[in-house]
Amino acid sequence: MAESAKTALLDLPKGTPDFSGWSCPLPLVGYPTIVMGHGGGGKLGNELVEHMFLPAFRNPALENLGDAAVLDLLNGRLAMSTDSFVVQPLFFPGGSIGELAVNGTVNDLAVSGAEPKFLSAGFILEEGFPLAQLAAIVQAMANAAHTAGVQIVTGDTKVVERGHGDGCYINTAGIGVLRPGIRLGPNRAKPGDAILVSGTIGDHGMAIMSVREGLEFESQIRSDCVALNGMIAEVLDAAGASVHAMRDPTRGGLASTLNEIAQASGVGIVIDEASLPVRVEVQSACELLGLDPVYVANEGKAVFFVVPEAAEKVLAVLRAHPLGREAARIGQVTAEHPKMLVARTAMGANRVIAQQIGEQLPRIC
Amino acid sequence: MVSHPSDKNKNVARVGHPESLTALELRAGMKYLTEFRNGEIAQRMAREIRVITTRPWKIMEVCGGQTHSIIKNGIDQMLPSEIEMIHGPGCPVCVTPLELIDKALAIAAQPGVIFCSFGDMLRVPGTDADLFQIKGAGGDVRVVYSPLDAVDLAMKNPEKQVVFFGVGFETTAPANAMSVHVAKRRGLKNFSLLVSHVLVPPAIEAIMGSPGNKVQGFLLAGHVCSVMGYWEYPPLAAKYGIPLVVTGFEPLDLLDGIRRAVVQLEAGRHEVENAYERIVTFDGNRAAQKLLAEVFEVTDRAWRGIGVIPNSGWRLSAAYRAFDAEDRFQISGIHTQESPLCRAGDVLRGAIKPAECSAFGKECTPRHPLGATMVSSEGACAAYFNYGRFLSIEELAGAGTGLTGVVHG
Repeated sequence: MAESAKTALLDLPKGTPDFSGWSCPLPLVGYPTIVMGHGGGGKLGNELVEHMFLPAFRNPALENLGDAAVLDLLNGRLAMSTDSFVVQPLFFPGGSIGELAVNGTVNDLAVSGAEPKFLSAGFILEEGFPLAQLAAIVQAMANAAHTAGVQIVTGDTKVVERGHGDGCYINTAGIGVLRPGIRLGPNRAKPGDAILVSGTIGDHGMAIMSVREGLEFESQIRSDCVALNGMIAEVLDAAGASVHAMRDPTRGGLASTLNEIAQASGVGIVIDEASLPVRVEVQSACELLGLDPVYVANEGKAVFFVVPEAAEKVLAVLRAHPLGREAARIGQVTAEHPKMLVARTAMGANRVIAQQIGEQLPRIC
Repeated sequence: MVSHPSDKNKNVARVGHPESLTALELRAGMKYLTEFRNGEIAQRMAREIRVITTRPWKIMEVCGGQTHSIIKNGIDQMLPSEIEMIHGPGCPVCVTPLELIDKALAIAAQPGVIFCSFGDMLRVPGTDADLFQIKGAGGDVRVVYSPLDAVDLAMKNPEKQVVFFGVGFETTAPANAMSVHVAKRRGLKNFSLLVSHVLVPPAIEAIMGSPGNKVQGFLLAGHVCSVMGYWEYPPLAAKYGIPLVVTGFEPLDLLDGIRRAVVQLEAGRHEVENAYERIVTFDGNRAAQKLLAEVFEVTDRAWRGIGVIPNSGWRLSAAYRAFDAEDRFQISGIHTQESPLCRAGDVLRGAIKPAECSAFGKECTPRHPLGATMVSSEGACAAYFNYGRFLSIEELAGAGTGLTGVVHG
């Protein structure tokens, strides 16, 4: 079941996805699309929960279907995060809004040094949205939650009138338990720290753009959307005390994340452009559009600021993990030019990489 | 193989087609690009330029794409102090007149209009707003990658008026010309072009003829020449006694262009030379030139920040005038107001460097641009700001010293 649904997703974006392989108890045969009643709190809404959400997300806390999920007390300090997902298109090479919604919140918790435990899921659906697509999104969320080892314990569905939404919006919030003894944050980078990135940059943003703008390359660019908590846990197990800061560079790309850390920590950052891992397809697509991969979004990469003595060890841990094979050491923290990100160009010259204003815009020529 | 990154229209037209790029072609293409970004060879070329330079020279790169590449890669940091690169007016976004931007905003705000533009025009400030704000207020403003996409939109939306904002130099002109050519052939009544094309040779004449001009040689815009060839330029080289070198956009292209210009200057020669032979021929693209001659006619054009330059642009010819958005929409009552602080005109003429403007980085930043040169990534002011040229070259050169010891992953 999951296999065939997944195969259909891989073939996107050419036309409407084929969800014929979908075999969960498909609800409401009379309603192939979302109607206002699905958000009305009545029978239709209940059927959506019972036939779609519950089978996909099933766990004891959710099964109560109470007004709130009741959770056993977690030991230690808690981390909590929330994020809303409004991506278009909803399905793209390498994933869908479903994986994004789970992995985005999981990763925000993980880079805070927490072990993600529980998620909530809020859906805002547009009248007329095909139930088969919702089912595929829900299944993608269930699979992503399973992979990340988190439970979706509470949720909500609202329906807005046709034209008032973009098919499907999702909000997730998550709770995780902070690892004991971990002290990291964007304000803790120190001069001398080595900067590592867990893999190639710009994959997600260019995957979305290639679909959205109809730029089809024969070798498809796929989103890197993935949960990072497993890989991050291995890094923290191996060298937790050596990690000063971690971030997952999503919107705004690596450049925004490094600028934010430079500013929060009051330090300068120097990176070596030639050391940045960028897939050849992503680099080519960026060249075509006049974009810089350092500003392009990622959904499955982490940046680590570690004490220099631990850099090689952390790099080895990353490269030994399936998600970190292309990890690279890309630069370091300096006491010079505080709050500024400087790149050493391949020419041996330097340039400042500034915080970007709004989105990158494709150039005229 | 991927052709040059700046050849957008050509590439985008291809990638949308069934014959899209194969992985192999992509790799070959990137090799092609990375070869021209080889830092070691660049250092050797820079050393050679230092060796042959005996006197101060001021060289203008015409094209904004070249400015962007020079600043992004730090080419200017590699040159001997005698050589000053002056950044020319070749950024289409920057020189599009304010009045035309205001017209674009007025047309885009009309109900029933789909207004299409290349991405970087959206943030260019008009007198009161930019296209992003018009979009935010409910205007149907869309970014397209080819003017032909706008023609397709017109086919698919017969009840709407589709307007494409066709600006730029000779480089973008063939695709814009093709859009009206196709629209005419298909008998489309709901497609029009808001057009302001400008031309490089008259701009060079204007710069060389301006009082106090300091420019002693030019790097010609490689992609303009890929369309037009360089047969137009020998008379200019002779008239003003200046070397003109057709130059590409990658670091090694630029260094080679600069080197050849310096060799000529040091020898007292003034010839047209082609340092971009892998793309540019003397004749250029004759088919494109034929189409341009059919669709456009030469006209006086106002250049933002510079003023009217005679015979410096194209408008739609009589046969295609029916597709002129200015005629179709008859926008009147436009009162333009440039910021009194903005010195974009002096920057575009090469009279001052961006950081010498009192508003640079203060009142005027990419977030709150006072003039178009701060908007487009090819604008000299934005290039200076984005790549940290609020620092001096010495400060910048010293900034990377902390990098020693980085192990390349």
